[in-house]
Amino acid sequence: MAKGVKPRVKVPKSAAAGDVITIKTLISHKMESGVRKDGDGNIIPRSIINRFVADFNGQNIIDVTLEPAISTNPYFQFDAMVSEAGEFKFTWYDDDGSVYETSKKIKIA
Amino acid sequence: SGAFAAASLSGMPAFASKTDDAIAAFTGGASVAEGGIELTAPEIAENGNTVPVSVTAPGAVSIMLLATGNPTPAVATFNFGPMAGARSGATRIRLAKTQDVVAVAKMEDGSFRQAGATVKVTIGGCGG
Amino acid sequence: GNWGRLAAQQSLTQSKLLEFDTFGNVSLIHVTDIHAQMKPIFFREPEINIGVGGNRGQVPHVTGADFRKLYGINDGSASAYALTYDDFSSLAKGYGRVGGLDRVATVINHIRAERPDALLLDGGDTWHGSYTCHKTAGQDMVNVMNALRPDAMTFHWEFTLGSERVNEIVEGLPFAALGQNIFDSEWDEPTDMFPPYKFFETGGVKVAVIGQAFPYMPIANPGWMFPEYAFGIRDENMQAMVDEVRANGADLVVCLSHNGFDVDKQMAGIVTGIDVILSGHTHDALPEPVLVEKTIIVASGSNGKFVSRVDLDVRNGQMMGFRHKLIPIFSDVIEPDAEVAKVIDAQRAPYETELREVIGRTAEDQTLYRRGNFNGTWDDLICNALIEERDADIALSPGVRWGPSILPGQDITREDIWNVTSMSYGEVYRTEMTGEFLHVVLEDVADNLFNPDPYYQQGGDMVRVGGLGYRIDINKPQGQRITDMTLLKTGEKIESAKSYTIAGWASVNEGTEGPQIWDVVENHIRKQGTISLDPNNSVEVIGA
Ligand SMILES: [Mn+2]
Ligand SMILES: [Mn+2]
Repeated sequence: MAKGVKPRVKVPKSAAAGDVITIKTLISHKMESGVRKDGDGNIIPRSIINRFVADFNGQNIIDVTLEPAISTNPYFQFDAMVSEAGEFKFTWYDDDGSVYETSKKIKIA
Repeated sequence: SGAFAAASLSGMPAFASKTDDAIAAFTGGASVAEGGIELTAPEIAENGNTVPVSVTAPGAVSIMLLATGNPTPAVATFNFGPMAGARSGATRIRLAKTQDVVAVAKMEDGSFRQAGATVKVTIGGCGG
Repeated sequence: GNWGRLAAQQSLTQSKLLEFDTFGNVSLIHVTDIHAQMKPIFFREPEINIGVGGNRGQVPHVTGADFRKLYGINDGSASAYALTYDDFSSLAKGYGRVGGLDRVATVINHIRAERPDALLLDGGDTWHGSYTCHKTAGQDMVNVMNALRPDAMTFHWEFTLGSERVNEIVEGLPFAALGQNIFDSEWDEPTDMFPPYKFFETGGVKVAVIGQAFPYMPIANPGWMFPEYAFGIRDENMQAMVDEVRANGADLVVCLSHNGFDVDKQMAGIVTGIDVILSGHTHDALPEPVLVEKTIIVASGSNGKFVSRVDLDVRNGQMMGFRHKLIPIFSDVIEPDAEVAKVIDAQRAPYETELREVIGRTAEDQTLYRRGNFNGTWDDLICNALIEERDADIALSPGVRWGPSILPGQDITREDIWNVTSMSYGEVYRTEMTGEFLHVVLEDVADNLFNPDPYYQQGGDMVRVGGLGYRIDINKPQGQRITDMTLLKTGEKIESAKSYTIAGWASVNEGTEGPQIWDVVENHIRKQGTISLDPNNSVEVIGA
């Protein structure tokens, strides 16, 4: 597991049923591109987050494939439909097989 | 102006064929129309290592982002699920030099749409 | 010119300079780009200021005799001295120094006596540009400006103090620190530290002042010094802020901007509903506002040399008319304000010995100035210092627009050297560059200055070069402007694949190592004793 990987998300605490809300996510990650060289001239192996998924109550909002051209600390902003109270689930998949998850609840106001 | 960051330099896209190949792989060779998709990127990147881009294409099922001047043009593909509130997304990308960023959307009816934006990556320095 | 000092000064009086028929119900006072110049200085306006695209031949890209003709200014007059470059050193002997924040205080107090709730707005580049400012990390200027009691400020070079120091100062500021385009870089959201606007009630009018910081901060200056912040023009957000303040009852919308003049002009055509743009960054001084549709744009010079006063008649949420004056601060004519003079002296007192030390002097026919699209004589001197002190083929020096001038036969003090060099990243690097890379560097900088779309212009000038000649065709696209690069010491053409030793300063790269530029320049001037520079004809400009 890559060190110091920390997901953070910004989700409103509540919404009206049927609202579209904006979600922002960040995960601290080097996104080693696989083309850089170390001090001895050896290629530093690729190590990136390659997939990001956001779901609401088990249904998908967005599923992103990431390439090495995504910046360090991958950031995503997208909109989700809030049909009911429930839970958002966010999942990041690392090249090294690690999976990072976080979730946020939302109330209907 | 006049003091310099690393060797990230401007120039014309040198990997156009790689971009064409990536688009063809995404579209299966179908024709791609303009319009109905909006790509937003800064005129000048504040930092070529983290350039904010956002794309919106109402009615899209997926959108592929490409950096035409990077050695490898692929950047990301957004696939929208049933709970997507809009067919749009924003992220931050690495650009090796001044180039066009391209977004291609696959629409619900199976057609494809494309938009582009030029982002200048400058070596910077100076000011008034 | 044959201007005797007495004759010149007899034609000027404080009351004449401050004369203003108070108008309407709102007064704005604008100062900008002071670059930490608390004391009177000499400042020569540019000789070369090329406009491109739609701004070709338009103000502020008009200089010298053309400028005087445009505004009906007589040769040899006080306005000619203040606003144009010709005959500078002889007129300077007559009219004396300009600026000084104690004189600026007198002007502000005078306006406040006529309009007690006049708004004083500072366009930024305030906490940068002098020995004492550098040594106190901006505190000297903060203390002096606080004594002037501004109502709001926006920013550029301030951020080169580093975000930690900027935050520390801003938290304690007794006035608004504005920037609708200053965002938190992590989440791309507005910050609490820098609100987009502030409302003021004055003369029964609700005035909204919206701040616009320098958009290209992390490009023109080292972004690693303030990584928490993102900038950009963000004209869509500007429109949203204008709409928001209008919806909240603003009768008058003022944009306090550090965009640079051409960017402000373009923004004024895109964003609707701004009444007044107080423009900074490009250091232009204009005797009249420029009108873009319904927006007036005011340019107030730099280095404490001018104060703009704008009186406005605002009724029922409409600007019905305005009256404007660009007030030149002739320091021998305007009485210093005693209280502010005391504050200034207190900032300088701990450093007076170092400040005053004489390092060299200028020859009887040698003026030192900067300010122009290409090398000024100060730049030539700095480039000579770089080449000789660092044993380089070629010198590169940043094309900044700040830095006062030195007259012929004048002592050059340590303070003078710091006035044209001080910054938080002044290390002099020495490195090898190929001819090809050097070409790319010049092309890149040229496009930041001569791109026909103002939104791609960053408001500096062409990188200054020493030991290198070239030809530049302003109107060509990037990559094709610079040709005929020549190594001056041999007269040979620069070869793409060959390496050259370059000395330069003000790198935006983190971790740049080398001696500080002010020490390099001081050593060089000390060795020279009297400064006499060869004329510089090494850059040929086409298409101006
Ligand atoms: Mn300035
Ligand atoms: Mn500036």
